[in-house]
Amino acid sequence: MTVTVDESFAGRVYPSTGTTLVTADTVRAFARAVRAAHPSHHDADAARAAGHADVVAPPTFAVTLAQAAEQQFVADPAAGIDFSRVVHGEEQFTHHRPIVAGDEVAAELHVDRVRVVRGNAMVTTRVELSRADGTALSTVVSMLVVRAPEPATPTEAPA
Amino acid sequence: MNADVRLEVGTELPTARYELSRDDLRAYAEASGDRNPIHLDEVTARSVGLPDVIAHGMLTMGLAGTVVADWVGDPARVLSYGTKFTAPVVVPADAPAVVEVAGTVVALDEAAGTAEVDLVVTSAGAKVLTRARAVVALS
Repeated sequence: MTVTVDESFAGRVYPSTGTTLVTADTVRAFARAVRAAHPSHHDADAARAAGHADVVAPPTFAVTLAQAAEQQFVADPAAGIDFSRVVHGEEQFTHHRPIVAGDEVAAELHVDRVRVVRGNAMVTTRVELSRADGTALSTVVSMLVVRAPEPATPTEAPA
Repeated sequence: MNADVRLEVGTELPTARYELSRDDLRAYAEASGDRNPIHLDEVTARSVGLPDVIAHGMLTMGLAGTVVADWVGDPARVLSYGTKFTAPVVVPADAPAVVEVAGTVVALDEAAGTAEVDLVVTSAGAKVLTRARAVVALS
């Protein structure tokens, strides 16, 4: 068996469709979930004392904004991705400046690569996060593996 | 990071140990918006060939990121951070999974004022992240 991800999606760019407001509550909840207790995540005064406008997102918070943008591709039925068969292969963050509460973040999605290897599809996306005024915040590169289904019956011939 | 400690290649970060329960996975799903059922529901996880519910790879990466940010003393000084996910963290219903994080400074760039940290993240004896590396600003 092999997956049927549409390789022609490689190279597509999905412009930002609007901005997402990062709130202090979402920053704090994410920080709690990854056990990040630094005062810059939780206390606006501590964050301001460190030179930030408001509470600072943890280093991997940008994934929440990136994954929302990735849905334009991953959840498109035409792309052929079975989400229950998706596992995360790689993730890379490059931070241009810290994301803080109050940021209105735009996300531009690039489908950099789609290839099928031994029946599994490997899909690499890149999301460029920026403020509405164009200030670059983070570049988030994700590689997802769409695992091939198991053969439906033991007698099925290999694809 | 203690400013009195001389930083050099080979300097080790303090190790950390985290326990992850199914409740912790639910909290991460809510906080991140990643509600893939393989992280929440064992019937779904098993139906796609996994041994049980597995933690979000991004939760494990996030925990290791916390270790780096705590060590460097300011989360805003983590300039880049990447990893490959090589084995799942399996989270049974009746006992928490244990994730252990160790880190070593593998490069210093004095001109740029940065250090590169290599992280070793294991659970149940398996290396769950591979080539987990972060670059941090030292001031």
